Amino acid sequence: MADFVQHLHPAWQALIRVICFVLPSFLLVPMVIWWERRLLAWMQDRIGPNRVGNITFSRSSHLIPSILKGKKFRLFGLMQPMADFAKLIFKEDITPTAVDRLIYFIAPALALFPALAIGATVPWGPFPWITPVADVNIGILYIMAVSSFGVYGIVLAGYASDNKFSLMGGLRSSAQLISYELAMGMSLACIVMSTGSLKPSAMVTAQSAPLWGLDYPPFNLIQNWNVLTPYGLVAAIIFGICMIAENNRPPFDLPEAENELVAGYHTEYSSVKFATFFMAEYLGMVVYGIILSTVFLGGWHLLPIRFDWMATNYKNAGDIWNLLDTLNGSSLLAPVWVILKTCCVASTYIWIRGTLPRLRYDQLMSLGWKSLLPFATANLVVVAIWIVASKVASPLIGWVAVLISAFILFGLYKAINRLNTKNRPNLASRTITMVDTP
Amino acid sequence: MNQTIGGVPITPELMLFGVIGGAAALCAVGVVAFNNAVRSALCLVVNFFLLAVLYFTLNAEMLGITQVVVYTGAIMVLFLFVVMLLNLGGSKMLHEKPDPKKFVGILLGCALFVILGAQILPQLMQVKPMELTPELAKYGGPQAVGRTLFTEYAYPFEAVSVLLLIGIVGSILLAKRRI
Repeated sequence: MADFVQHLHPAWQALIRVICFVLPSFLLVPMVIWWERRLLAWMQDRIGPNRVGNITFSRSSHLIPSILKGKKFRLFGLMQPMADFAKLIFKEDITPTAVDRLIYFIAPALALFPALAIGATVPWGPFPWITPVADVNIGILYIMAVSSFGVYGIVLAGYASDNKFSLMGGLRSSAQLISYELAMGMSLACIVMSTGSLKPSAMVTAQSAPLWGLDYPPFNLIQNWNVLTPYGLVAAIIFGICMIAENNRPPFDLPEAENELVAGYHTEYSSVKFATFFMAEYLGMVVYGIILSTVFLGGWHLLPIRFDWMATNYKNAGDIWNLLDTLNGSSLLAPVWVILKTCCVASTYIWIRGTLPRLRYDQLMSLGWKSLLPFATANLVVVAIWIVASKVASPLIGWVAVLISAFILFGLYKAINRLNTKNRPNLASRTITMVDTP
Repeated sequence: MNQTIGGVPITPELMLFGVIGGAAALCAVGVVAFNNAVRSALCLVVNFFLLAVLYFTLNAEMLGITQVVVYTGAIMVLFLFVVMLLNLGGSKMLHEKPDPKKFVGILLGCALFVILGAQILPQLMQVKPMELTPELAKYGGPQAVGRTLFTEYAYPFEAVSVLLLIGIVGSILLAKRRI
């Protein structure tokens, strides 16, 4: 297989690579839509869509073979996205007369473009002959660059609709995306610095090293997943929040806040054009999930355990450890593990949606600028100190330096915050006291 | 593949350059030709993007991606933001009356074009295609750019960063009435 692909013309190879990334992520979209509706329904004590696709054969008809009579086949509503899509296609496609036609038509396509293109540098398995689409030296920067395109589809949809609500949605989204991009870049820069490479595939390789750079048991039993390191955990949380904001998902869905802006930027869109926006949002959810699991969650490894170290050190059971090592990270199951992690990230998205109410606009801005950006920047400083200390001295001394510097930076942040908010009314957080009337 | 234009053989790279460069030039014309400010801004976005693609074809991937991140991703979004907020109400407001100054302007513009072309074109005629060696292929990558930036150009780099910091502080000072 690998040989066959490698001997094809480069253009064919490129096509195969693109299809191998885009097709599975597209196939995940209806699944994620169904899963979101079912999971939200479960969280809210409802039933959710559970009927479409169920077949109950008649008990009395002569046309049904006797084995199938009265049998029920359940599909748990898995065909619901298909039914939804058929509905959206056959709906009337209304184009308001006052719209800016050209921009109105290209806006949904522009919204879908970044969701499709952003994963081009993210690998989904240890197969360099087929993944990622382009293993370029600027992988993470490419992700940042393409994710910044996400704003155009929404802003232009808002502008072209010639509708005040849509315009407000577009403006909100541009301010939101610009604000959260900074913290996102900072959190990714931490991982770039600790890995020493901009390639996502190099990041996955770096994450299979012993934990915290300490090469003795119990640490060298465990892989150095970025989410298991202190700075990586902070960066992962910041990246996760920014990812939800970039994707306009609840609780950051201010551009389409239905209680204020009707439906925000897609108020004037119907039928397939609305479906394109919808698909862009869910595809973005899937692809950002793949990025998060590659950069922070160990990529294509299932468990953060170094079976290869076990195989070399416990030779009497070496075969079992080797088999587990193959299953864990280098077999054909690797893409399945990536998709599994992506599904976990998508479930977290849905969980957050089911838990948190939508942020107010000033809360959104103060979270982005006053909390996430300072934390991400401080994290960057901590990573730099760790790199220097562990290169000059030893990894253990590096971690002591990290602890001390983290405490100092946190104290500094608190002190500055106190100086800033002294003698000022706190407008960012207001509380409502519920009065229990007898 | 043996055809030539003015002594330069037609290669796939040249054809790609022609397509992208031509599209970029068309977009640049569109920036000034459109009556609608949002469309002009959009043309500029596409122009910047195609310019980044041109950098990619020249192996300057770091420069290209920086172009996309900074110009297409950040600065043009702000441009669009401002244009949309001002809401320049259609093409009527931007319609110009016939003006003798226009004729003089075109004449002066052509003169400038001729003077610049007379200086640049003779130099460009002497340019010869260069062999692409492995060292040359890497010169636009992040490693090479970072190394030169932090060794050879460390002082200008720091100076620029201080300048940017002053810019940020100044803009905050202008935007906030009460600090």
